[in-house]
Amino acid sequence: MKLSCEEVRHIGLLARLGLDEAEIEQFRLQLSDILENFEILKEANTGDLKPTAQPIALQNVLRPDEAEASFPVEDVLANAPRQDDNYFRIRAVLE
Amino acid sequence: MDDIHQLTISQAHRLLQERKTSSVELTKASLRHLHEVEDKVHACVTVSEDAALRQAEEADEAISTGTTNPLTGIPALIKDNMCTEGIKTTCSSRILEDFVPPYDATVIEKLKAHKAVILGKTNMDEFAMGSSTEHSAFFPTRNPWDLDCVPGGSSGGSCVAVAADAAVYALGSDTGGSIRQPAGFCSVVGLKPTYGRVSRFGLVAFASSLDQIGPITKTVADSALVMNVIAGHDPRDSTSVPNPVPDYTEALIPDLKNVRIGIPQEYFVEGIQDEVRISVQAAIKKLGELGAKIDWEASLPHTKYALAAYYIVAPSEASANLARYDGVKYGFSYQDTSNMWQAMEKTKQYGFGDEVKRRIMLGTYALSAGYYDAYYLKAQKVRTLIRWEFDQAFEKYDALVTPTSPTLPFKIGERVDDPMQMYLSDVCTLPINIAGVPAISVPAGFANGLPIGMQIIGKPFDEETVLHIAFAYEQATDWHNRKPPV
Repeated sequence: MKLSCEEVRHIGLLARLGLDEAEIEQFRLQLSDILENFEILKEANTGDLKPTAQPIALQNVLRPDEAEASFPVEDVLANAPRQDDNYFRIRAVLE
Repeated sequence: MDDIHQLTISQAHRLLQERKTSSVELTKASLRHLHEVEDKVHACVTVSEDAALRQAEEADEAISTGTTNPLTGIPALIKDNMCTEGIKTTCSSRILEDFVPPYDATVIEKLKAHKAVILGKTNMDEFAMGSSTEHSAFFPTRNPWDLDCVPGGSSGGSCVAVAADAAVYALGSDTGGSIRQPAGFCSVVGLKPTYGRVSRFGLVAFASSLDQIGPITKTVADSALVMNVIAGHDPRDSTSVPNPVPDYTEALIPDLKNVRIGIPQEYFVEGIQDEVRISVQAAIKKLGELGAKIDWEASLPHTKYALAAYYIVAPSEASANLARYDGVKYGFSYQDTSNMWQAMEKTKQYGFGDEVKRRIMLGTYALSAGYYDAYYLKAQKVRTLIRWEFDQAFEKYDALVTPTSPTLPFKIGERVDDPMQMYLSDVCTLPINIAGVPAISVPAGFANGLPIGMQIIGKPFDEETVLHIAFAYEQATDWHNRKPPV
């Protein structure tokens, strides 16, 4: 599976990685090599097997709906790059 | 005593109980030795000396009142992807370089509840993505057996610290071999418990269906002692399992009568170095001498699909988990723009290293429209196949034994620019995460002065059999007594 520069650029955009041209070429070669090694999966006879998302049998784990104390606001905001009063400050999403 | 930093947990605990040393003395000795070796091996990202000494004083108080656990007062190091309240947790990444968690991971709470002493945080491949600790954004960690070699990864710092006696034990995390492969490369004991056995709350997520925390220790008995404290259900981790926790030390029996062990042939073929094969085969013969019934003809034919399935599933989960690093709530944030998208892109561009970017891209690709069925869904179905194959094998055998890594520790720089070669160093360990079963790596020999690990794989939630076999082998050999030259 050979990736094109366009495809790598598109994946980079979906993941918002801000790739530059040199990175696009480097990742194109490396990811193509890796994906080629994954071709072997086509040989695996998985028939109508169900997919496994996680290996244990637990399902629908719920907790009682009881209010508990949460972290103090100042603790949570202590790592915030930008804050304003009791809020995270972000850049405008809509112009 | 000059060499108390070399003690195991069991030995140090005895001395503390008999008041022949104190936790403060032990902690100071460990810190002194840590600083001595650190210049050579670079195992630690943060050393929290003041907090450690305070914890040691508290431990000594607890010991004087007689209420202690084997971990009380014993100095430990923690891989830097487990949250520690008030102490930086970086994941060896620029994006979390200044992140100070407001809470402790459940495993840290449990250690603290027993008055363990935490010396600091260890280096790792960024976000646990890697097999050599060269993908740390800060510096590579070096193998104490040969400073030109990698220590393995991603829990390289934790394994090096224990091998070099900079801590009595350490915690690591294992998503595809990140505890076991470096444990093998450094000649220490590394256990990856069953998925769900140890709470992941407060472990920075890489691949949530594969990640598991486990102990890195000098002996198998120490591994059981740490498991006794960290295992168990946690209401804050909905994938932790409410099964009762046994006393793992009861599994430590030195003979292997009636234990059935299968040797899957697929782990001894392609790409395995002769030195590794010879040492691990000799170790398996020793298991036979100890009474185990060995079947050399066991087979797990779908093993060949595991690597591809793993490197689709893990990056897919990672691409979702790492989307949270957007520069808004915490972590590095690019400021020099008023444009939201540009801020997000620049944040990730600067904040993530190459391997993290590669895996995010791989996962984004595998999950994207048009490729989802061929890659992600196919990989999840192969996962079903691999788990089924392990279940079948465990109807015939109590455990499976393989090499931990196909090769000896490789040179620093040798694989860092060839991601596919790096991925191949997990080939013996990652099928175990796909199946979610427990496995341990124990020291099983040396070649050219470099360590070789043997991997023992057990049934789900049967850590006891894994520890039993590992303990019997350790008692019959003395690889674990050798010390690296640093």
